[in-house]
Amino acid sequence: MSGQVTIVTGRKNRGGSVLSVVAWVVGVLFVLPVLWMLLTSFHSEENAAKNPPDIAAPLTLDGYRAFFDTGPWPSIANSLTASILSTALVILLAFPAAYALSIRPVKKWTDVLFFFLSTKMLPVVAGLLPIYLFAQSVGFLDNIWLLIILYTSMNLPIAVWMLRSFLSEVPVEILEAASVDGANLPRTLRSVVAPIVTPGIASAALICFIFSWNELLFARVLTGTVAETAPVFLTGFVTSQGLFLAKVCAASLVVSLPVLIAGFAAQDKLVQGLSLGAVK
Amino acid sequence: MRRTGDWARRAPLLPALVFMIIVTQLPFVVTIIVSFMNWNAYYPDERGFAGFSNFRRVLTDANTRHAIWITILLTAGVVLISLVFGLLIALLLDRKFRGRGAVRTMMITPFLVVPVAAALLWKHALYNPTYGLFNGVLKWIFGDNAPQPDWISNQPLWSIIFALVWQWTPFMMLILLAGLQSRPLDVIEAAGIDGANQWEIFRYMTLPHLRQYLELSALLGSIYVVQNFDAVFTITSGGLGTANLPYTIYQTFYTAHDYGRASAAGVIVVIGTILIATFALRSVSTLFREETSK
Repeated sequence: MSGQVTIVTGRKNRGGSVLSVVAWVVGVLFVLPVLWMLLTSFHSEENAAKNPPDIAAPLTLDGYRAFFDTGPWPSIANSLTASILSTALVILLAFPAAYALSIRPVKKWTDVLFFFLSTKMLPVVAGLLPIYLFAQSVGFLDNIWLLIILYTSMNLPIAVWMLRSFLSEVPVEILEAASVDGANLPRTLRSVVAPIVTPGIASAALICFIFSWNELLFARVLTGTVAETAPVFLTGFVTSQGLFLAKVCAASLVVSLPVLIAGFAAQDKLVQGLSLGAVK
Repeated sequence: MRRTGDWARRAPLLPALVFMIIVTQLPFVVTIIVSFMNWNAYYPDERGFAGFSNFRRVLTDANTRHAIWITILLTAGVVLISLVFGLLIALLLDRKFRGRGAVRTMMITPFLVVPVAAALLWKHALYNPTYGLFNGVLKWIFGDNAPQPDWISNQPLWSIIFALVWQWTPFMMLILLAGLQSRPLDVIEAAGIDGANQWEIFRYMTLPHLRQYLELSALLGSIYVVQNFDAVFTITSGGLGTANLPYTIYQTFYTAHDYGRASAAGVIVVIGTILIATFALRSVSTLFREETSK
């Protein structure tokens, strides 16, 4: 009997370690293109264009210098402005809304919740033209505030869903105790609810930031030289320009860096945000 | 008294609700109106009511029909392949092993590269026939006489699909892994003690439990991929027969300035999306109800 058990666990361990190796190989394969981009960005253009590639080529910052010489800072600043301000606006609007959908729910609160979700399913292209025409007629084209408003509408449903699922974990007794003590609504929100849901707010904010930062179609159509964002700036590298691989890799990495940082920071909350709070 | 109570409850909700209605619903109403109009910015004098002619032109146009077909192929291809990869990898990661956290982090990385940057990376650093990594690896393995295919020109649609699969597999994997980890472990252990083997446990217990997570990730993935613009724009610029509907609408409106026709195409995309979204909403609401009843 005991012999059988050791055989079984022994086979299980060997099978298990094979699967662990497979998991590692798959993980490395998926991250490899990013590592390749990182390595290439530190090579000189001549070495980056070598075939077969020269992995051990000397490292240099020339690719980054060449990229920063093309003047990406205004577009990066625009992306930061649009992403940070729209995220702030999203949280400002979503937090009270989530409160009214969870702690003191309005009637038919599930309908409202699903209305928010359904707006995520309207294709962006379908609303693009009227927004363009409206912006054109009131002189709002190439204005970063237009993107801020649009990104807010893009991310508000995600934040409402996420924050609602966090708020529904706030124990009602605490709120009742607070209202017995005579605290009014804003005060209750600030001093009782906020501390409990701060982690939720942080991860919702990170996800909204990522989606705003990534957005291309609105930015491409609605901005020009003034309000251009970083992804729009990157589209300047769509057509090849001679030896420019190191520069492209440097550019792609620099623009992706805020998302990589935000994403790794919010790793555990990523699923919840991406599934609109449906999966915990 | 009760009325004021109701409004006090509604008040925190209203700013967000009004904002969403103005910014997302109003433009769409305008799109529907414009879709019934003759409106090309190049011919401002001919603006007027057009009836169904935009829809007729869009639906009979060979380019649009091709774009509809491409949209279906692209979405189905990306979603199905990433779903299968995502499931396999989620199963691999649903076990304790050394460095599991590190592997999970590596797996998530592709999703955290800005979509345009990811498309640039695949186009220039991987697919490029003269200095891309794929052909570089072929030369490493087979020497100087190695085949050096032009990946994008030979297989334009697959080039886009694989770049997107790389980005979307992590998304599927994350949702499915969360699904796997929410399995009732005691029941599965009991099944193991009762003599069920690994395959039986997977087939009759894990898979049924995962079903709604599979649906959810497939449908959310479809909603995002159906709208894909970044990869098509970057990798092929809609050329080589890869223009999907979002790209075609972008072109009709941005380059050809045919507002009426772009709007009609937009309305058609919305109708298509509503079909998918109805299923998506149902699937989300099943999960949602289970969670709130807990």
